[in-house]
Amino acid sequence: MQNDSITCNSLKKFQSPDDIWILAEQRNGILQTVSFELLARAVPLAVQSGGSVHAVVIGSSLPDSELKRLIEYGADRVFAIESPFFEHYTIDLYSQALIGFFQDCRPGQLIAAATTFGRTIMPYLAMKLHTGLTADCTKLEMSDSRRMLQTRPAAGGNIMATIQCPEHRPQMATVRSHSCKPLDIDKDRQGEIIRIAACPPSKTSAVTIQKFIPVSEETTIQNATKIVAVGRGIKRAENLKPIQQFAKSIGAVLGATREVVDRGWLPYSCQIGLSGKTITPRLYIGLGVSGAIQHLAGMQTAEKIVAVNKDPDAPIFRIADFGIVGDLFDVLPLLSEMLQKPSGPSPV
Amino acid sequence: MLKIALLIKQVPETGSVRMDETTGTVIRKAADAIVNPLDLYAVEVSLQLKEKYGAEIFAFSMGPPSAAAALREVLSMGVDSACLISDPAFGGSDTWATAHILSETIKKIVPDVNLILCGERATDGDTGQVGPEVASALDIPVVAYVAAVGGLTETSDAKELELTRSTEYGQEEIRLRLPALITVLKSVASPRLPTLDRKIQVRKAKIPVYTQKDLHLDPGNIGLKGSPTRIVKTFRPQIIRHCTIKTLTDESSLQDAVTSLVTWLQQKELV
Repeated sequence: MQNDSITCNSLKKFQSPDDIWILAEQRNGILQTVSFELLARAVPLAVQSGGSVHAVVIGSSLPDSELKRLIEYGADRVFAIESPFFEHYTIDLYSQALIGFFQDCRPGQLIAAATTFGRTIMPYLAMKLHTGLTADCTKLEMSDSRRMLQTRPAAGGNIMATIQCPEHRPQMATVRSHSCKPLDIDKDRQGEIIRIAACPPSKTSAVTIQKFIPVSEETTIQNATKIVAVGRGIKRAENLKPIQQFAKSIGAVLGATREVVDRGWLPYSCQIGLSGKTITPRLYIGLGVSGAIQHLAGMQTAEKIVAVNKDPDAPIFRIADFGIVGDLFDVLPLLSEMLQKPSGPSPV
Repeated sequence: MLKIALLIKQVPETGSVRMDETTGTVIRKAADAIVNPLDLYAVEVSLQLKEKYGAEIFAFSMGPPSAAAALREVLSMGVDSACLISDPAFGGSDTWATAHILSETIKKIVPDVNLILCGERATDGDTGQVGPEVASALDIPVVAYVAAVGGLTETSDAKELELTRSTEYGQEEIRLRLPALITVLKSVASPRLPTLDRKIQVRKAKIPVYTQKDLHLDPGNIGLKGSPTRIVKTFRPQIIRHCTIKTLTDESSLQDAVTSLVTWLQQKELV
């Protein structure tokens, strides 16, 4: 593993239309898991295109031990763009450095995460680099003609659209976090770390961060592995209590449809769907959720879907793996009881 | 006084979206077009800033002539003036071309804009890209996912707005030097309803329309030709779930259904 400090001029040697670039995310010098998920997307693309995988990280001081992890998860080269001014993300300073960097290395393909960071900086970069960007891709593939085929849900998730960016480069896409798993770590994997000292910014950032209030350690619906979602079928807010207890007992987080949130039964942070959050848990249990398309758009990427609803024609049954047609208030007490038995269900 | 630009999009009313059972596509009727619900939060923020600090609010919308209805609606909420950007030559624009057209129009109509406000994203396209792209085209900073807007401070040479930005890790309290663009979340304000008086006032209001003739944009930067991206294929997602359905009729069917569900969950190692 080499460790160089280089100037902008020598970046041109890394221009290759076949390489797949990812924009990794770090916070306080620590790489976020989503960066490794991006590598899991990039590695198969690089196999298809016959190129290498390049990871770019921007920050103030990025330790070798962290950068090396990108190599262990699939990167062939890691570019660390550093400056004391980059301790916190600010759009103007970060984009200025990245635009200059990408203008020099001219990536053919650039992927980032559809996080609050990626969803802000990627369109900002795409505009300046005069190229196309596809948000929230569920599938990426390289064609024989060096085109990245970018597939994303359209029209509320009922239709998938495959999008290309034929003439402009880089071909840019974001993918949702938790939408794939990182590759297995390979501690022996070899790669190169290239450090780039960014020029001091021409002016101070327009953004001053005064205070940071971290989210409580509590799991949110976006990173939960299990979700119990409630719909209008719960009838009233008081009925939430046993459902909350049930969710807690199986280690699940409570989610809701828009109707439940609009009625004020649960906060907006619980809302799943087009106007709420997209979730990718291993298990989704819908109680009294009919499955309006706006809701389905936010949860159909769940690995396994269980639905309990009185209406046999509820659309949610069309995408469920296991459905019970019946009253959730009949099902819930028995289900809670049976799941609490450590030995599992006894034969009836 | 602040000069505020609002970016408004007319979208299909998703609450009334119906699926075509045979083709699986969404049936849309022109009559169901509404103001993108998430834009209303940006409108409300602009009105509150106007009430507190004084502002002139300009709403911009790009779309077909029928999008004038969306602008009329925000005018009836209290926005000062509106501008429809409409030309067949703009049709087929992707987010890059749309942001280009919007930013060029803003430059022309409000060259001294202090603040551009947008909803988080449009409920139809769902990309959330146009806001940051407009900021980039105008070379001003963007703060997306604003959860709260605080006070405005003005010194002789700068205007600064206090904001709370929501991130995956927590909330950032920031001071943002204007001019800038922000995209707001629902938590930022509760949109007011249009007043009847204003509704009557704006019913016949003529909404100025800006066309390619007024804007003289490079034809290579607008419409389909100016769009870097192309949709090459649309298809219906294949649902390959094999659903086990248990229907409850009596006490024993309940026992049976729940038992098989528990067994199924255990087999899949989900509990």
